[in-house]
Amino acid sequence: MEIRGKTAVVTGGSRGIGRAIALRLASEGANIAIISSGSSDAAEKTALECQGSFGVKAGAYTLDVSDFSASKETVAKIKSELGSATILVNNAGITRDGLAAMTSESDFDAVIGTNLKGAFNMVRHMLGIFIRERQGCIVNISSVSGIIGNAGQCSYSASKAGLIGLTKSLAKELAPRGIRCNAVAPGFIKTDMTSGLDLERIEKAVPLGRLGSPEEVADAAVFLIKADYITGEVVRVDGGIAI
Amino acid sequence: MYFDAIAEIVSERTGCDISTIKPESTFTELGIDSLDTVELLMSLEDKIGIEIELDQKVETIDDLDRFIQSKKG
Repeated sequence: MEIRGKTAVVTGGSRGIGRAIALRLASEGANIAIISSGSSDAAEKTALECQGSFGVKAGAYTLDVSDFSASKETVAKIKSELGSATILVNNAGITRDGLAAMTSESDFDAVIGTNLKGAFNMVRHMLGIFIRERQGCIVNISSVSGIIGNAGQCSYSASKAGLIGLTKSLAKELAPRGIRCNAVAPGFIKTDMTSGLDLERIEKAVPLGRLGSPEEVADAAVFLIKADYITGEVVRVDGGIAI
Repeated sequence: MYFDAIAEIVSERTGCDISTIKPESTFTELGIDSLDTVELLMSLEDKIGIEIELDQKVETIDDLDRFIQSKKG
């Protein structure tokens, strides 16, 4: 899909991987809606950067993507302010790591709610636009944790594996309308989410010997948006850790 | 009653003679798959000016007619 002139929605777009994807899409000429759950300062800052550096329209929206009806309202607001969005990047993700035996029901629900149901909510409310516009492209940010599992991350890896199932089903369901859906599965990426981890140990475990950058994940996301003959695919960006 | 509006859109979409469309006609018979039904609803939204959130399966023209009536209250 040609990116220039399109409108893209990036959830969790205020920092980390989402921010890198938003900036990359803006650099290619897309108008950007940045969705973040918490303080809007970081999202506003990223939106201003998209506008200032690349001359596109950009807006920041506060939304808990796990809230079905609030997601609907935000999608409608984005449509009225930035036009019909035909690119959706479901990047919003949280962790509540811990052994399964010590994971609370509320933590498990929160992770599934944001990471998996949040993606469904956004797709559910944006599909009408995609079908009306007769085009659309979805990229779900999964994780290698959803492919190979990770001790201490049962909720996170379940949500990310769920995203892969969602990706493949949507790809099949929407292919007749020319709407594509793919996933990116990052490994260990230098973001706030990995800042508390033992980086030296991780670097030893990664075949390519280092953490990835958010920009390297954005490269894969943008590649998938442009790749008109690829749907239902999961691209690992993990330095080889899931080989 | 939205039968006429639905029949008109189905006829436009499939090219079938509008007089052959009956309330009991199923979308499958009319050559409309489930994803087509979603598009059809969108055309209906534009035509009758209400938002229709289809959250159940509809099989016949009459099912859809009743569904819209129930949503419109």
